Amino acid sequence: MSQKIRVVIAKPGLDGHDRGAKVIARALRDAGMEVIYTGLRQTPEMIVSAALQEDADVIGLSILSGAHMHICPRIMELLKAKGLDDVQVVIGGIIPDVDVPKLNGMGIHGIFLPGTPMQHIVDYIAANARARV
Amino acid sequence: MKSVADPAGTRKQRWEREVVEPALGKSPERKGPFTTISGRLIERLYTADDLGGLDDTNHPGEFPYLRGIHPTGYRGKLWTMRQFAGFGTPEETNQRYQELIAAGGTGLSVAFDLPTLMGRDPDHELCLGEVGKCGVSIMSLADMERLFDGISLADITTSMTINSPAPMIFAMYLVVAEQQGADWRTISGTIQNDILKEFIAQKEYIFPPRPSMRLITDIFAFCAKEVPRWNTISVSGYHIREAGSTALQELAFTLRDGLEYVQYGVDAGLDVDDFVPRMSFFFNSHSDFFEEIAKYRAARKLWAEAMKNRFGARNPRSWALRFHTQTAGVSLTAQQPYNNVVRTALQALAAVLGGTNSLHTNSLDEALALPTKETATIALRTQQIIAHESGVTNVVDPLGGSYFIEKLTQDMIDGTLKYWETIDGMGGMVAAIERGYPQKELAEASYQFQQAVERKEKIVVGVNDFIQADEKPIEILYIDDTAAGVQLKRLAELKQARDNGRVRRALAALQEVARGRGNTMVPLLECVRAYATVGEMCDALREVWGEYEEVPVI
Repeated sequence: MSQKIRVVIAKPGLDGHDRGAKVIARALRDAGMEVIYTGLRQTPEMIVSAALQEDADVIGLSILSGAHMHICPRIMELLKAKGLDDVQVVIGGIIPDVDVPKLNGMGIHGIFLPGTPMQHIVDYIAANARARV
Repeated sequence: MKSVADPAGTRKQRWEREVVEPALGKSPERKGPFTTISGRLIERLYTADDLGGLDDTNHPGEFPYLRGIHPTGYRGKLWTMRQFAGFGTPEETNQRYQELIAAGGTGLSVAFDLPTLMGRDPDHELCLGEVGKCGVSIMSLADMERLFDGISLADITTSMTINSPAPMIFAMYLVVAEQQGADWRTISGTIQNDILKEFIAQKEYIFPPRPSMRLITDIFAFCAKEVPRWNTISVSGYHIREAGSTALQELAFTLRDGLEYVQYGVDAGLDVDDFVPRMSFFFNSHSDFFEEIAKYRAARKLWAEAMKNRFGARNPRSWALRFHTQTAGVSLTAQQPYNNVVRTALQALAAVLGGTNSLHTNSLDEALALPTKETATIALRTQQIIAHESGVTNVVDPLGGSYFIEKLTQDMIDGTLKYWETIDGMGGMVAAIERGYPQKELAEASYQFQQAVERKEKIVVGVNDFIQADEKPIEILYIDDTAAGVQLKRLAELKQARDNGRVRRALAALQEVARGRGNTMVPLLECVRAYATVGEMCDALREVWGEYEEVPVI
């Protein structure tokens, strides 16, 4: 039997609108993944350290406040520094079109905008999470 | 209008049997279940039989105000068209306010950025990328002076969406009013100041529930004496609904929050009729047209009866529930955004038919960004078209007497009373929040709704049906980091220029009062006059009361 995919769902920054993060956390859990929800107001350092501790395959960020262009580069940098380059980072929230190529450039390809079906996110993560050894 | 007992059942039952059933044989109904957006099952027809005698004793302007708090409805005064706005620096937002006033807006509504809402100065590590993004950045009195430059606070009413740091921001507003020579006894406006819904839904809390409740009762007491026309709280269902509640949960939890505030006020030694008349409410207007209208009607009756019977209020102004409405941001789609104008118009119409006292209509780009000047104008025009062209303002409560609306209204009342019983049984709303009860209810309802959308039991046009592949992106307001740079520089300059000894003394005095029982508004006014920052004032109280951390419920 294959091991479960481990996903850390995180809310970085000051925003408290956690409806999306929680609905996705539950959908991933219902899809058979191991989900760790960090709760609110996480710094990039806290998120990366949670990913390390939890041996996460995927970090799912929920950002609606417009702070993604500050938070994402920092998280990618920290992951690299900790040797966690193979952890897949995905993001859901309000992301202006102009920022999408920039996020892709950092290595973030799973970008889920408002209205994305939950199943689509589940499938994406299942297909792209790092292989468990 | 009681139906006569008939061995063959009610007239409606006979109609179901003799008329509907044969018709269904020929042409069946669409696939059900027929439910509201909240999942409430709706029958195909409502008649007098559903009401068990229509109560025709409710009239507008009379207890319990089911049909409205003003006897003349909108024939006297239209609702206040109050568009929520704020972004970037105080100067940029001031510019937008001047434009809204010029376009015929009749009240201001301030959106603050996340650092301000969370009581953090822009140099705090959690403020990375957040300064001026979701609202205007206000760090100290100096920013408040800039925000209202050229706007006479004696002549306009201002609503400020601020909760945990409400006393600090309100104190700043009062000092600006004072500088302009406006009389505290005649200025008016609203602070949201509703912490319970933050714990339940929006999660912009700082201090634990009990000291947070004290800050609120301090404002009740302060305003009753010093700023008698100020609306001291806007008990909000908007965020509860946006976080995924049903219409009934929004109604039940919001009003129960209201009862909690009244109880805390009474326990703090205030007379109900001294502070309840200045309490106001804030509801969502979601997409299910009739359910929303029923919700507003039910709210008025429930509140009036609770104030009179539960708290013994004697002043009719304590009984009359006044509310602001905002159309449902969460219902708007990033896909085919022009469709959002239509959604918003329908939601705004529901709010008006429900008798709202003030209204914000969302802009078509709500799911993408803060509104541009153009989209904000269309949103305001939507209200003006309803007010001046549709004719719905000619008559009070036009849907009163509709079997369906009256039945839904009664169902909302019954359902709310049931929720209240549960929450009362837990020892009140603060206790219910501490055990995660409303949070769990919301998490469940929002997941159910999302699943209904996934299964296409609920259609969202442009999202899970009627999808358009070749969509062209629309132009949005992109907020860069210029404001953050400006505000960070100003913060450093402020700390150089002000009398830091005075700031330290004022903050120490604040802590002293926070440890004791005095009214926190008094030392806060001195902190503000000394140009202490929002972050410094909140930190001073964090040291005394600690910070709240929730146990997340999924």
